[in-house]
Amino acid sequence: MNTRAYAAGRGTLSTREKLLDINWGLVLLIAVVASIGFAMLYSVAGGSFSPWAGKQMVRFAIGLAFLILAAVVDLRVWMSLAYPAYALAFLLLVGVEVAGSAGLGAQRWIELGPIELQPSELMKISLVLALARYLHGLSVEDVSKPLKLAIPLAMIVAPAALVLHQPNLGTASILMADGCVLLFLSGLSWWWIAPTVTAIAAAVPIGWEFFLHDYQKARVMTFLNPSTDALGAGWNISQAEIALGSGGVAGKGFVQGTQSQLNFLPEKETDFIFTTLGEEFGFVGSLALLLLFALIIGYGIRIAMASRSQFGRLLAMGLTLNFFFYILINTAMVMGLIPVVGIPLPLISYGGTAMLTVMFGFGLLMSVHVHRQVEIPRHAAGLFG
Amino acid sequence: MSLFDAKDKSRYATFSRRTLMVTGGMTAVFATLAGRLYQLQILEGDQFMTRAEENRVSQRLVAPLRGRILDRFAQELANNRRNYRVLLIPEQASDGIDAALDTIGQIILITPTQRERIKRDIAQNKKFVPVTVAENLTWEEFARVNLHLPYLSGIQPDVGETRAYPFNDEMSHILGYVASVSPDDKKDDQDPLLDLPGFRIGKRGIEKQFDAEIRGTAGASRVEVNVYGRVIRELGHEPGTPGSDIYLTIDRDVQRFTAERMAGESAACVVMDVTNGDVLALCSTPGFDPNLFNVGINHGQWNALTSDDHTPLMNKALSGAYPPGSTFKPAMAMAAVEAGLDDLQVVCTGSITLGNNVFHCWKRGGHGHVDLHRGIQQSCDVFFYEVAKRLGIDKMEDAAHKLGLGERTGIEIPGERSGVIPGRAWKEQHYGVPWQQGETLVTGIGQGYVLVTPLQLCTLAARIASGNQVSPRITRVVGQSVQPRPQIKALPFSDKAILAVQSGMNAVCNEPGGTAYAWRIPDAGFEMAGKTGTAQVRRITKEERATGVKSNQSLPWKLRDHALFIAFAPVQQPRYACVCMIEHGAVGAHPQVQIARDVLLFAQQRNSAQLPTAYPVNAAGIDGVANRRPA
Repeated sequence: MNTRAYAAGRGTLSTREKLLDINWGLVLLIAVVASIGFAMLYSVAGGSFSPWAGKQMVRFAIGLAFLILAAVVDLRVWMSLAYPAYALAFLLLVGVEVAGSAGLGAQRWIELGPIELQPSELMKISLVLALARYLHGLSVEDVSKPLKLAIPLAMIVAPAALVLHQPNLGTASILMADGCVLLFLSGLSWWWIAPTVTAIAAAVPIGWEFFLHDYQKARVMTFLNPSTDALGAGWNISQAEIALGSGGVAGKGFVQGTQSQLNFLPEKETDFIFTTLGEEFGFVGSLALLLLFALIIGYGIRIAMASRSQFGRLLAMGLTLNFFFYILINTAMVMGLIPVVGIPLPLISYGGTAMLTVMFGFGLLMSVHVHRQVEIPRHAAGLFG
Repeated sequence: MSLFDAKDKSRYATFSRRTLMVTGGMTAVFATLAGRLYQLQILEGDQFMTRAEENRVSQRLVAPLRGRILDRFAQELANNRRNYRVLLIPEQASDGIDAALDTIGQIILITPTQRERIKRDIAQNKKFVPVTVAENLTWEEFARVNLHLPYLSGIQPDVGETRAYPFNDEMSHILGYVASVSPDDKKDDQDPLLDLPGFRIGKRGIEKQFDAEIRGTAGASRVEVNVYGRVIRELGHEPGTPGSDIYLTIDRDVQRFTAERMAGESAACVVMDVTNGDVLALCSTPGFDPNLFNVGINHGQWNALTSDDHTPLMNKALSGAYPPGSTFKPAMAMAAVEAGLDDLQVVCTGSITLGNNVFHCWKRGGHGHVDLHRGIQQSCDVFFYEVAKRLGIDKMEDAAHKLGLGERTGIEIPGERSGVIPGRAWKEQHYGVPWQQGETLVTGIGQGYVLVTPLQLCTLAARIASGNQVSPRITRVVGQSVQPRPQIKALPFSDKAILAVQSGMNAVCNEPGGTAYAWRIPDAGFEMAGKTGTAQVRRITKEERATGVKSNQSLPWKLRDHALFIAFAPVQQPRYACVCMIEHGAVGAHPQVQIARDVLLFAQQRNSAQLPTAYPVNAAGIDGVANRRPA
């Protein structure tokens, strides 16, 4: 046994060794995808770095620093920070609920000087951390015990409910989906899963009646029948489909997309940026981006499988799923497969908070990778546990 | 207790197994997404491409060039001239609208009213839509704007086409004018051009009658637009088909001479070629400047036009109906000869009695022995009372209609009135009481119910002069095709009747004692024949007749008699017919006769009807028929 492997197992690698151990292939892949984003932002600005592409590049650079910083921090440090981070994120969520600034009819962020902090973004990562931390301490049998299961369920539902109330259907769905899949991966008994799925299917009409806002209902209705609102919300969907579809096999060419260049596309630099790609680079281009995303997800799954700690595995899978759900909801929305929900396309859409949280998530993923040899006992919980 | 136990191993195994399931699920999701992309982009790509094109491309109509209106020698009477305009694009005015207007206001005149209108237009449109600041600028003004252009932000000089009438009021009642489209115009006309901002359509005269032909068909400009409708660039341009040129039978010079000669009078004058009905001049005074309506007439100008008692907007030649007075007598004379009254002799004592009523001759002392020839020459009322009494209203009515009176001539100008030739049926229908014989006598001298247009009187003169049933026509060629005309038939009157009336009308002008002898054309070969007329517009009471009929001079303008004159020339081989009517103009030395004399002499000396025409198609086969030469 050489010293390096021993050190890795003990978790005592030097920072220099950790830097060398970062999966630079994945970092390169992320950079490639982000560059596609820059190109699209350059295009929707009519062939200009301002106002979006330039800023986005700066944010990506900052995000990259976050990634590397997060990667070299010991996994056990992250583990010990899991609950405090969750608590902070939860308090901030309550904070926006109580005192947050009201804009666009929705309360989603807190202004911290020049930064607009979206607690829901913070919660996406904190929830994964906290769940991984909690589930790390449970055996397969434990997970299915009602009393032990109640705690993670509460951890999932409480923030999801707050976010849904903001209202932010997209993020709430992601929180719920992340949490449920993590419980599943921890070995939740099928005896729990089967009845729950049935119950949810039955609850959909009730949720429709009592929990969805009018505008959310309208979105669903518009999605189901876009022609009812051809000049309102349905207009967005049909224009997005026109943009995608008119790209054809090879697209209209860079900065040649008529739908985006002539402003027929709504929110073309944020939620609908995938349609610009589809319009300008066609089936070939959009499929290529999907493949790159799938490749990143594949890396995430491999990192999870290779980790020797349950915390690392669950954290890695949780973050990967987070990324996956982002992509799923955004692309399915612009393709007209699900109703319009405000979820950006990770690494591509213009937006500071989203870029930084996604990159920080990749940093945690990378930390799992760098510390894959570290074994953490089931009953021990990190450095401060 | 060991750090790791079997429970750890089992949950690792579970994790791996379930991760595999989740991976499978994610793969399925990606496959679905890829499938949807395939559906949208490959299978339905063409359909969406079409919809993207529909989004992107907008068709803009392009107004076609309006056809010109020309005279028989291809001289332009209505054409298109360059319209020098200045536009303002609000979003490009870097220092604001007010600053831009202030600066341009130092170069060309912008009144406060205009400024208000400009700001209203700006407020109503999107910021990138150009708004007209001023138009119809002179070249000098336009050049000045262009010179200062570097300092004028947001200002854009522009050259368009606009209708122009170079002869202003001289041709106004023939040509009419163009003006903005009104909601009423769109009711029966589906042409999308009508919705084009600033588009003009014909509202009167030839412009209205032939609007469909002159207008042309819309061209199209395919432009790329963004979601706000802003034009990004032009993709293709199709200029459309220009409107057809309309060739009139008018002789520009005769028309202008006539208009000039009539200046100051409220009058109508028509000159016609008796061989084919070609109208060489058709003038109604006062006229108006048709250019005003195109540019946009203001309230003051409009009020001036509508409140003038000389009715400048009315085409008196065909929309004015007047009692013909003695100009009706040649028609009665035709009927008389036809009825075998050619040898009728009457002794005129100044009046005739019928029942309890006395009917007066205009000459108080009477004319003495009068036959048909003298009756016409001296316009003896008593002679024609007798003629009427013997003819009866039915024959009179029939003759008047055959000679073109009391019905529309069919001239290609809108607004023509039919006038009235009264008869038994007409009286019954309009008044519900039977016809009275006294009314027959009054009708015999062109008074009473009789109303005719000056154009009908000109037709009467032309028919007597030619012996043919000519009708006035004012257009010859539209685009490349000759305007169809009805076959000209012989007048249903005997040679004897035509000869007798022609001879009587000759005597009016050329034999001493004739009512127009003083104003005859003395030049050999150009002599005219004619018939004067004075139409009473008020009733002369018994008391007034006893104390002496008031002279027209002493009456207010509105109560004076109308002065009329019909004529043809030259007497030997008639070619031109003419009518001149002056509203309330029966004062002094027959001014209407003098105008007709001068106009006829001018037309003959110029040889207007026989100069080679300049129609764009072969003129063969479109000429008239030879005059009937009474034996």
